[in-house]
Amino acid sequence: MKRLTAAFTVCLMAGAPTWADPVEDTLVLNGETEIVTRTDAPPASADAFDEVISGWLFRGDETREMQMDDFDNPGMIFVEQAEDSWNTAEGDAGKSCADCHGASEEMAGVRPVYPKWNDEAGEVRSLEMQINDCRENRMEAEPWKYTGNEMVNMTALLASVSRGMPMNVASDGPAQETWEQGKELYYTRFGQLELACANCHEDNYGRMIRADHLSQGHINGFPVYRLKNTKLNAVHGRFKGCVRDTRAETFAPGSPEFVALELYVATRGNGLGVEGPSVRN
Amino acid sequence: MQLTRRDAILMGAGAALVVGLPLRAFAVTGDEAIAAFTGGAEVSEGDIKLTAPEIAENGNTVPIEVSSDSAAEIMVLAMGNPEPAVATFKFGPLAASRSASTRIRLAGTQDVVAIAKLEDGSFVKASSTVKVTIGGCGG
Amino acid sequence: MAEGVKPRVKVPKSAAAGEAIVIKTLISHKMESGQRKDDEGNVIPRSIINRFTCDFNGENIIDITLEPAISTNPYLEFEATVPEEGEFKFTWYDDDGSVYEDSKKISIE
Repeated sequence: MKRLTAAFTVCLMAGAPTWADPVEDTLVLNGETEIVTRTDAPPASADAFDEVISGWLFRGDETREMQMDDFDNPGMIFVEQAEDSWNTAEGDAGKSCADCHGASEEMAGVRPVYPKWNDEAGEVRSLEMQINDCRENRMEAEPWKYTGNEMVNMTALLASVSRGMPMNVASDGPAQETWEQGKELYYTRFGQLELACANCHEDNYGRMIRADHLSQGHINGFPVYRLKNTKLNAVHGRFKGCVRDTRAETFAPGSPEFVALELYVATRGNGLGVEGPSVRN
Repeated sequence: MQLTRRDAILMGAGAALVVGLPLRAFAVTGDEAIAAFTGGAEVSEGDIKLTAPEIAENGNTVPIEVSSDSAAEIMVLAMGNPEPAVATFKFGPLAASRSASTRIRLAGTQDVVAIAKLEDGSFVKASSTVKVTIGGCGG
Repeated sequence: MAEGVKPRVKVPKSAAAGEAIVIKTLISHKMESGQRKDDEGNVIPRSIINRFTCDFNGENIIDITLEPAISTNPYLEFEATVPEEGEFKFTWYDDDGSVYEDSKKISIE
């Protein structure tokens, strides 16, 4: 294992760290809305960082530009598809999302506070869980697959109407126990490579991993349109990919572990603007 | 240090990065496509500009732009792709400029070439090397 | 018709007579290159948008041949001259014979 770790370190060092550092740039959406991509670290990550930096600042010029205009951002195709879905009645109750919630823009302010404690259910809920709760109990429709297209598109719509609002997820009160679980997971080494989230995104952000740069791992940009697979990717899908890359058995999207991790990771980036759907590598 | 297969794979990945090894090149097919477009006419430097990133973060989506003052048609080729043809832009009477942008796939580090057929029937060429990086995590 | 294909175009609502305007188009399409293999090792057949045209009041602006090297969700940007009030017509041609169309009106300031 020591030999492996050594080889891994060699790879980390092989790239030129000069262009791994975050760039100086300002994210202005459609020439109008400025989005906070760099700000003082919130309490959850103040021990690790002086300031929190959005993954947007770790991307190349062309990728950053693609996110600055709603037409250039391919993720917005899926927001439009979700908008159709928002206004379409489904399920035995014959209701659409719009029947209860009004226009999708009315949901501005929802994305920044999720995952969030739900008193009635007695649990912390991700946005996906809340959407499926609506589908099953209010619409009497089939729940969506946790990281399926319909779900990720809907979360993109809900993120898009909150773009520019600062992430503001609560870690205290009834959510604290789940938050502590998430923190525990964040610092636990997994897999044959024995890597914790913190090893890459706290200890080595700004450095290269193979030919790519490591960000601080904030989730204010999710869901993310990745150039790699040219579709929207959910945050639990990213978690799964990361854990898999440590050569571990991963938790399932929607599992209590990933919900706890999402809660914790979200609070580490409190203060960064909502960007979803963002564009990343 | 004793080298295991895993070490070799990991280090190989690192080495390939440093050297920037190109993938297989199919230059012959690209040249054939050029010959078909030009009818074998001479291709010189001139009124054609190709804008492409020096380093593409992902070969799946690489933004490019072609522009010219007097092109009737512009053909774009990715010389290292298994099929080098990318697109051909024909400008009509209401084109306000002889320019266009799109996003293309590159199978690896290679030369992207734009060949314009100008209104006077001559051919000009521009070329740009695009380095395609491999991903970091599950890239 | 390929599934979930949806064209988007961005054109200003008005322009001065003779003005050059920027047009952006995007269509949701997989652009299956014919180079990929499925889990069983079989080649996934090519299925792409192979041609795009844009006309204004029946006169051509641009006619583009697209190959499998064009990215998923093809994006095209170009410039058009607007001589008079009228309508832009956008047409995408799919390998499977489907034709997707969109149009946008523009007025003269």
